[in-house]
Amino acid sequence: MLAAVAFYVLSAVTIASALAVISVRNPVHAVLFLILAFFNAAGLFVLLGAEFLAMLLVVVYVGAVAVLFLFVVMMLDVDFAELRQGFLSYLPAGALVAAALLAELALVASAATSADGAPIALAPASQVGVTNAESIGRVLYTDYLLVFQLAGLILFVAMIGAIVLTLRHRPGVRKQDITAQVGRKRSEGVELKDIRPGQGLG
Amino acid sequence: MAISLTHYLIVAAALFTIGVFGIFVNRKNVIIILMSIELVLLAVNINLVAFSAYLQNIEGQIFAMLVLTVAAAEAAVGLAILVTYFRNRGGIAVEDINQMRG
Repeated sequence: MLAAVAFYVLSAVTIASALAVISVRNPVHAVLFLILAFFNAAGLFVLLGAEFLAMLLVVVYVGAVAVLFLFVVMMLDVDFAELRQGFLSYLPAGALVAAALLAELALVASAATSADGAPIALAPASQVGVTNAESIGRVLYTDYLLVFQLAGLILFVAMIGAIVLTLRHRPGVRKQDITAQVGRKRSEGVELKDIRPGQGLG
Repeated sequence: MAISLTHYLIVAAALFTIGVFGIFVNRKNVIIILMSIELVLLAVNINLVAFSAYLQNIEGQIFAMLVLTVAAAEAAVGLAILVTYFRNRGGIAVEDINQMRG
């Protein structure tokens, strides 16, 4: 009973904040509603017995992605009121497509019943007596080791890509140039002058 | 009443639809479009975890983790492109992005 109440509250808040994400005027508020949606989705994951993934969702989405969005929204000096123009003109077509999509998806979802027509019960996928994180680790580091490494590679490439895209070389800024520093020859920096005694440097 | 697989699938379907709808109505605002894509991927994750609980198979959660990875990478690169575009053009109106049209 308590789980049912928790499910309805969490999913209602998730859907409401998702609606707010796409409809509020201020994009900073949109990011904050996105964070709320992710928190509630994490709650749904906990109800499904996927605690590890729920914590991962909070760490990755709320801690990294949403903060990244927040930084970009706040740092770009964009006139968001201008960008909102056309919201109402796109609304009818978008609503039509969305209604059709939702009807189809709901039809498929409601068809997912067991053979005797009873609703399908859910249980945590972890093995009995083993925590969720441990049962994920048992599979992830054995059967899916290559996939796990590839995921790391994707993140690595994305990191390099983001750095390369945003790195800016401004002219006129003095920076340390290691190559020039190390490749310097003695002849470029030292000059020997033959000075006669008693004359000094002319 | 017990919460069944159908409940989770319908929540995920609603979330997916909201994400697609957000892409439609916010045609000009790339930042909201990126957030809508995150919502779509979140809906996919909910489906994967729900089916993982239904089939008693932990592999669904591993797939959800991979989707999470790709979503994080996509957000990082997308926002980096957005920042670069803003620097070059002084605005983020997507409708002006037609320089790569052949």
